[in-house]
Amino acid sequence: MTGTLSYLAFFLTEVLVNFIAVLGLNVQWGFAGLFNVGVAGFVGIGAYVSALLTVPPWHGAPGPGHVGGLGLPVLVGWAGAVLASAASAAVVGVATLRLRADYLAIGTFGIAVALHELAANAQGLTGGPFGIAFIPHLLAAVPPGGLARGLLDLAITALAAGAAWLVIDRITAGPFGRALRALAQDEAAAASLGCDPRRLRIQAMALGAAAMGLAGAVQASLIGYIAPGNFVPILTFQVWAMLVVGGVGSHRGALFGAFAIWGLWSAAGSLFAAILPPSMATGGASLRIVAIGVTIAISLLWRPRGLSPPGRIVSRFLR
Amino acid sequence: MNPQFLADGILTGALLGLGGVGLTLAYSILRFANFVHGDFLTVGAYAALVVAGALSQFLGGSGIGPFSFGWPLIIALPVAMAATGALALLLDWLLFRRLRRRGEEIVLVMASFGASLAVRSLIEFAFTPEPKYYSHDLQIAMPLGFSVRATPDQLAVVVLAGVAGIALHILLTRTAMGRAMRAVAENPALARVAGIDPARVVRATWWLGGGLAALAGVFLGLTVQIRPYMGFDLLLPLFAGVILGGVGSVPGALAGGMIVGVAEALAVPFIGAAWRGGVAFLLLLAVLLVRPQGLFGMER
Repeated sequence: MTGTLSYLAFFLTEVLVNFIAVLGLNVQWGFAGLFNVGVAGFVGIGAYVSALLTVPPWHGAPGPGHVGGLGLPVLVGWAGAVLASAASAAVVGVATLRLRADYLAIGTFGIAVALHELAANAQGLTGGPFGIAFIPHLLAAVPPGGLARGLLDLAITALAAGAAWLVIDRITAGPFGRALRALAQDEAAAASLGCDPRRLRIQAMALGAAAMGLAGAVQASLIGYIAPGNFVPILTFQVWAMLVVGGVGSHRGALFGAFAIWGLWSAAGSLFAAILPPSMATGGASLRIVAIGVTIAISLLWRPRGLSPPGRIVSRFLR
Repeated sequence: MNPQFLADGILTGALLGLGGVGLTLAYSILRFANFVHGDFLTVGAYAALVVAGALSQFLGGSGIGPFSFGWPLIIALPVAMAATGALALLLDWLLFRRLRRRGEEIVLVMASFGASLAVRSLIEFAFTPEPKYYSHDLQIAMPLGFSVRATPDQLAVVVLAGVAGIALHILLTRTAMGRAMRAVAENPALARVAGIDPARVVRATWWLGGGLAALAGVFLGLTVQIRPYMGFDLLLPLFAGVILGGVGSVPGALAGGMIVGVAEALAVPFIGAAWRGGVAFLLLLAVLLVRPQGLFGMER
C-alpha cells in the first residue's frame, strides 16, 4: 500500500516537474510562435547551474582538478538557474530572431548540443560523464526514501509548479500576452500598434526558458544527482509531445499533456520491461522512444489543437 | 601548426559538404530545416552495411588493392543511396506532404524532429548501439609529404566526394530537372506558371538529398565507424556549414561544410577533440550575427 502510494507520489512529482517545462514551452510556442528545439538544453542549464551553486565545495565530481560547488542555499540556486536559462535563451534570440523562424530552431538545437558537450566533457566543472552528486535537497533534514519524503517532494514540486503557473498565467493574460498573440496573428498590424516584434519575442524566449531552468533546478534538487544523459533530445521531445497533445496555447492543457505523455512513457517502459527478455532492455528503451515519436506525429496530423485547446479569446464586447 | 590536422579537417569537410547539399536543397525547395537529414546519413551507412554483408557471402570480403573495401561495398553503395532516397520519399508521403498542405512550415520542423528521433531509435533497436565496421582489416596510413599521413580509404573518400560535387553541379546547371529545382527554390509560383510540376521537383529533391546523405554516411562509416548516432551527431556542423555557405546554395553548402570541417580540426590541438560541436555552434552564432545570409546566399 505504501509502495503504491510512494510510486504515485513519485509519478505525480515527475508529471509536475515536466509541467513546469511545458509551461515555458507554451509561452514560447503557444503564445509567441517561437520554435525551440533545445528544451533539454535550457532544462540542463538550470539543473547544472543550480547544482554548481548549491553543492558543497568539497563534494560533487570525483577526481582531480574539479572545481566543486559554492554551497549556497537551495533557493538561491533555483534563482540562479532561472536567470542563467533566461539569459542563454536571450542570447540565442538576439542572434536568430531577425531571421526566418527555422534559424531559431537551429540556434536552440545548437544550445542543447553545446550544453550536452559541456556537461559531458568539462570534467572539472560538471563531473563529465559521472555527473554531479550530493545536490542538496530543499529540506535536508528529512531523510531520503520512504513515503514521507515522497509526499514532501510532491508538495515542494506542487508549490513550485503552482507558482510558475500563477506567474506565467498572470503575465500571459495581461498586456504582454495580448501583444504576443497579436504578433502571432498579424505581425504588421501588431507592429503598427506599437509592438516591437523582436523585443517581445526575445522576452518570450527568456520567460519560457526561465520556467525550463526552474524545472531543471527542481528536478536536480529532488533527485540529488544529475548527469549529461538526463538532458538529451528525448527530453525536448517529451516536453513538445506534452504541449502538443495537451493543447497548444492552454496552460491547463499543458498539465493534461504532461500527465498523459508521462503516463504513456511510464506505461510503455513497464510494458516493454514485462514482455521483452532482459537481454533486449536497450531495445525496449528504443521502442519506447519510437512510441512517443509516433504519438506526436499522429497528434500533429489528426488532432493539431490537442486535448484541451485554449478557448476563443474575444473582446468582452463581442461575447 | 601540424598539417595533419588540416588533412583531417579536409576529410571531415568533404563529408559535411556532401551531407549539407541535401540539407540546403530541402531548405530552399521544401522550405524547412529538416532535422531527419542527419539520420539519413546513418540510414545510408547501415543499409550499405546490410547489403555489403549479404553480398560478401558470394563475392568474398577482401578489399581491392590498397583499399579496405571490395566489390560488395561498391555494389552496396548505390543500393544504400536508393534505399535512403526511398525512405525520404516515404517520410514525405506519410508526414511532410500532409503538413506542407496545411501550410505551417514550423510544424514541419517539429515533425522532422520527431521523425529523426523515431528513425534513430528504430536503427538502435535493430542494430544495437554497438559500433560496427565495414571491414576489420587494419589500414596503414601512407606518408603523403609535409608529414601528413592518410589511409588509402581516406584518399578515396576525398576524391569521390569531389567527383560527386562536380557531378551534382553539372546536374543542377545543365539538366532540365536541375533548372526546374533551382526555379522552384527561387520562386515556386513563377515556376508553376512556367509549367514546372512542383510534385516532381519535390520527389527529385528527396531522391537527391537522401542519396547524397547516404553517400556521406557510407564514407563516414568507412573512415570512422558506424553508430546509430553517427549522423545525428553531425547535424549541428551540417547546419552550420549550410548557413555559412548560404541557404539554398549548393556550392555554398560544399564550401561551408569544408570550412566548418577544417575549423573544427584546426581547433582540436588547442581545445581537444571533444569540443568539436561547440566550435560548430560558435561558428554558427558568429555567422548569424555577422552575415546571416552566408557566403553565397541571397538576402531573405
